[in-house]
Amino acid sequence: MPTYKAPLTDMQFLLNDVFDASQLAKLPGYEEATPDMFQSILEEGAKLCEEVLLPINQSGDIEGCTFKDGVVTTPKGFKEAYETFTQGGWMGLSCSKEFGGQGLPLLLNFLLDEMVCSANLSFGMYPGLSHGAYNAIEKHGVQELKEKYLPKMVTGEWSGTMCLTEPHCGTDLGLIKTKAIPKGDGSYSISGTKIFISAGEQDLTENIIHLVLAKLPDAPPGVRGISLFLVPKFLVKDDGGIGARNGAVCGSIEHKMGIKASATCVMNFDNATGWLVGVPNKGMKAMFTMMNEARLAVGLQGLGIAEVAYQNGLSYAKDRLQGRGLKGAVFPDKVADPIIVHPDVRRMLLTMKSITEGARALAVWVGMNLDIETKHTDATTREEAGELVALLTPITKALMTDHGFDAANLAVQIMGGHGYIREYGVEQFVRDARITQIYEGTNGIQALDLVGRKMPERFGRMLRRFFWPCAEFIKENSSNPAFADILPNFAKTFQRFQMISLLMAQRSFANPEEAGAAATDYLRGFSLLVLGYMWLLMVKTAHGKLADASEKSFYESKLKTADFYFAKVLPEINARMMNIQAGSKPVMGMSADLF
Amino acid sequence: MKILVPVKRVIDFNVKIRVKADNSGVETANVKMGMNPFDEIAVEEAVRLKEKGKATEVIAVTIGPAQCQDLLRTAMAIGADRSIHALFDGETQPLGVAKTLKAIVDQEKPDMVILGKQAIDGDNNQVGQMLGALLGWGQATFASKVELGAGSVNVTREVDGGLETLQLKLPAIITTDLRLNEPRYATLPNIMKAKKKPIEPFDAAAKGVDLSPRIKTLRVDEPGSRKAGIKVPDVATLVDKLKNEAKVI
Ligand SMILES: Cc1cc2nc3c(=O)[nH]c(=O)nc-3n(C[C@H](O)[C@H](O)[C@H](O)COP(=O)(O)OP(=O)(O)OC[C@H]3O[C@@H](n4cnc5c(N)ncnc54)[C@H](O)[C@@H]3O)c2cc1C
Repeated sequence: MPTYKAPLTDMQFLLNDVFDASQLAKLPGYEEATPDMFQSILEEGAKLCEEVLLPINQSGDIEGCTFKDGVVTTPKGFKEAYETFTQGGWMGLSCSKEFGGQGLPLLLNFLLDEMVCSANLSFGMYPGLSHGAYNAIEKHGVQELKEKYLPKMVTGEWSGTMCLTEPHCGTDLGLIKTKAIPKGDGSYSISGTKIFISAGEQDLTENIIHLVLAKLPDAPPGVRGISLFLVPKFLVKDDGGIGARNGAVCGSIEHKMGIKASATCVMNFDNATGWLVGVPNKGMKAMFTMMNEARLAVGLQGLGIAEVAYQNGLSYAKDRLQGRGLKGAVFPDKVADPIIVHPDVRRMLLTMKSITEGARALAVWVGMNLDIETKHTDATTREEAGELVALLTPITKALMTDHGFDAANLAVQIMGGHGYIREYGVEQFVRDARITQIYEGTNGIQALDLVGRKMPERFGRMLRRFFWPCAEFIKENSSNPAFADILPNFAKTFQRFQMISLLMAQRSFANPEEAGAAATDYLRGFSLLVLGYMWLLMVKTAHGKLADASEKSFYESKLKTADFYFAKVLPEINARMMNIQAGSKPVMGMSADLF
Repeated sequence: MKILVPVKRVIDFNVKIRVKADNSGVETANVKMGMNPFDEIAVEEAVRLKEKGKATEVIAVTIGPAQCQDLLRTAMAIGADRSIHALFDGETQPLGVAKTLKAIVDQEKPDMVILGKQAIDGDNNQVGQMLGALLGWGQATFASKVELGAGSVNVTREVDGGLETLQLKLPAIITTDLRLNEPRYATLPNIMKAKKKPIEPFDAAAKGVDLSPRIKTLRVDEPGSRKAGIKVPDVATLVDKLKNEAKVI
């Protein structure tokens, strides 16, 4: 069975030393979010993940969810774990105090999410989807809906879902067919079929609050004609009690590659009663504000898997005796050396470690800016933080989920045949991680979001939110000896990437297929650059801390990992830039019938 | 009905212990620390008594360096009402700790002190007993069940021969065994409330308590590695070996 210890030291390093997260406590409403509070909460959260969620991860994968006569049963232990999780108040960590939450920073929720997903990605889906639904109602619902539904979603007594996908439409939601007909009393009658609905049905909660995209009778065609509705599994009486069964029924569940303990449901809505959330025909807009946060949350799923995969790969690499070091035995008293002596095994471990730790830094940076965007008193500061988050959202989602899958794959490779079989649990990580690259907008769609929406928005203003602080850092530290080996090279790469961004913007202006053909390479290149900036910040901090003898090995490890990142990971950006430069012709020049 | 619960900061029970290179002790730098598991059981038991309406106040106490405050916060997140911290930076040993606790008991006048039966670092199993002697109170060690009556308490103890139930007059000392209860996970709202609960300092030296170590550690070594076992062909051989070679039966 895989093991997991939450990376609390690394989290504290990022929170306290690299990014001064204590500044969050100065924002109105976050007074309680002091560093020692962060620590106490993370420690208890870690315990819960390690001791309650991890032990049912592998068994949940083997058993899976079962479906019979409209009822979904989650694997053994999930109900108890869900109770422990929700009764502990973890569901409400960053939910508004008005509805019974703790009102703590989203950044803290980010770190909790990472730990939950390391321990048990399938489990994390249930509170995760509830969170998405909570956000949509809180941001767009009328007060009456909020008061009726949110408090029980915060306690976890009720859960939530997001019902977008239909059999004939996933990415292109303009095609949806589910209908909503006004009943004249302020409610709507919803009919249609939704597929792939995570947590659409389960045995964990007393009620399920579905958020459903549907079309009003007079709706304009396409995405401009979609509205968002709240459809409860059981109608809720005025006193808040459970009423009649609504016409929202699970037809079956999918058999799938991974996250087997998360029920993926076909949901049949048959004249189900629902209520409008937000403005008619503006459902996509409402969905999007909430989807951005959901995309970040999916990114964290990737990060979680990457971390747990690394930990298990590492402990195996230290134990497994096989072959000898190339320069002779490193442990002559053993029958063979542990495989961590082999350069190729180290390459894999360091690839995992350097991207995972860089990605965690990115998570903290984005999380903090999300909190600044929501809570800061100064409008300009809020806007700038919001721009940075918007720019980094597709990057976070795609980078971290691609890495989650890659890292899981590397863990299997490090373990050889023992990774491929079920016993050590790492093959499950590969299967579980795979979906994160697909849902909440495929990673291809994330790339399009970056080049098609975020780049041109406000004439490139969003890009500046990253380019400017990065340029400033380079300038400020150009004569810092700590950076002598890495900064000149990075600065050159950074400059070239800005040129490429400009080139792409010009080309796509003339031909949108240029942007489409380059999008994935651009997102990947941008991601590597962002990780580079994260590593620069970490190197600077670690250098300043080297004198701290008690944690010396931690900082040394940071610096060595940074060396690897800049020498062996970042250069991939050069190939990506070449690809971008090659333009769209190699991709679009072949007609479909020549394939 | 006031309950005092002393807690100790020790190396987290999950951590693999390493001996220092100079054999002067075990490595504690850069090592995760946490509450002694037996003490967590003690806190849990006291909080349960309070939740059942049998106790009115639970006070957590610790003796140790500044970082021990984390521990007190943890105890208060489980449900202790307030804490007392006797700041001490050196190595704590059973007699000094018992004497400090006596001074705190004299100040707080609790009806019961619930302690862990031992701390997993030194494995001394002495503080509860010493405190009982210093106070002249009855003591029930290795508790697996605690039932509070009026002015007395029934404690089921795990002894070699099985279970033994004692009745003690209050005030009394109880030390906990593993099976007494299963400590809860602190809830998020309680973690946040714990931050607002008070931690009072306690100056042991000012009360005339000498915490300085009386026992000197000469050397610490790793246990020798286990020798390979052997397979015996049948039960008869096993019994014979146990009887005549190992001389354990
Ligand atoms: C386990 C699981 C859980 C899920 N949970 C939910 C849920 O809770 N709620 C929900 O509503 N949905 C859910 N989904 C659905 C998921 O979000 C969709 O599968 C996803 O959005 C992709 O849609 P699709 O499968 O229809 O693929 P398609 O949209 O058919 O895409 C197929 C391929 O074409 C590419 N593509 C499509 N359009 C474009 C374009 N314009 N430009 C470039 N490339 C394009 C895509 O990137 C992809 O590679 C879940 C799916 C799974 C498998």
